[in-house]
Amino acid sequence: MYNKKAVIVGIVVFLVICTAPFWTNFGAKYSKPEVALPADSNECVESAAFMRAEHMQLLNEWRDQALRNDNRVYVSSTGKKWEISLQNTCLKCHSDYEQFCDKCHVTNNVDPYCWTCHILPKGSK
Amino acid sequence: MNKNRRSFLKVAGLSVFALTGGAGLFGTTAQAMVSPGKYEHAPKGKIAKRWAMVIDTRKFRNVEDYDAIIKACHDAHNVPDIRSRKDGHEDQEIKWIWTDSYEHAFPDDMNEHLTKHVLDRPFPLLCNHCTNPPCVRVCPTQATYKLPNGIVTMDYHRCIGCRFCMAGCPYGARSFNFLDPRPYLSDPVPNPQYPTRMKGVVEKCTFCTERLAKGLLPACVEASEGRILFGDLNDPESDVCKALAENFSIRRKPNLGTQPGVYYIV
Repeated sequence: MYNKKAVIVGIVVFLVICTAPFWTNFGAKYSKPEVALPADSNECVESAAFMRAEHMQLLNEWRDQALRNDNRVYVSSTGKKWEISLQNTCLKCHSDYEQFCDKCHVTNNVDPYCWTCHILPKGSK
Repeated sequence: MNKNRRSFLKVAGLSVFALTGGAGLFGTTAQAMVSPGKYEHAPKGKIAKRWAMVIDTRKFRNVEDYDAIIKACHDAHNVPDIRSRKDGHEDQEIKWIWTDSYEHAFPDDMNEHLTKHVLDRPFPLLCNHCTNPPCVRVCPTQATYKLPNGIVTMDYHRCIGCRFCMAGCPYGARSFNFLDPRPYLSDPVPNPQYPTRMKGVVEKCTFCTERLAKGLLPACVEASEGRILFGDLNDPESDVCKALAENFSIRRKPNLGTQPGVYYIV
């Protein structure tokens, strides 16, 4: 092999750089953010596990159903009916944006742009 | 390893088949809905086969009558008044409903010997919710679409701000947000139940689909005190059909074939 030394050093440097995120975070603990749950309600449209994993897909589905099919009522798996509205249904209970939405979004470095149009209950207009 | 061309092509073909077949299967599962629930129409929602509006322009007496409907609409949908700001953006206009002269609104039916009250009076103008909407045809993302009940409406999430619809609309019913509209709205916004728009999207009248779903009439109709009628064009007993049967009515630019859903009694 030509330039054996340079090639091997190059491969090692490449591997170190590529795997650097794993080494720098090795042993670091992910602290689960403590979200502030709504005080006056203990029931969401679906189970907490489903909402945690799928709320973005659910919101997209709600948008398409409400706007394109004019289906503005969601009948949850428990049979309860909800008005399809991020602003008027979700935020009515989850009124503390910074302690609920932002907690997870900031921790996970997610930056959804819902609030450029949808209006937060307070703090922002 | 010494592979000939024939065996290489066989393996490559099989691999492509397996990969695309797999992708096809994944594609169909990814499109399925995630929610375990079901969707249905709003229980109190107003239903029609073809929503239409009849504007009785004879009943508009003074400036307040026009201002009332414009304010009702723009407050209900958080439409900013950018023109009134003296900050160099006075040429920007966002409008869902506005007024203009007969000459500009009905150029096909113009002659200079029309009665004075027709020539001088402002006419309330808005999106015509056409049966053949050119804005829907040109929208590359289907952000603008026509509902089965005849309403031409928008999904602002999908608007990419290309403004083809503004070029397509022969009625000037669409406005582009060159600026973030929020600084031009009051704080809190006039209607906290309804979203605003963001910089870079087009907006227009939606015949108040969100109000119809709650069983309410459009905001301008409610504020017009009977000057604007709203109803189902397919129902002969509706207010709009009765008004159209009893009065001579015109529509804007009928020769374009867009079949507007807004009728004017002059």
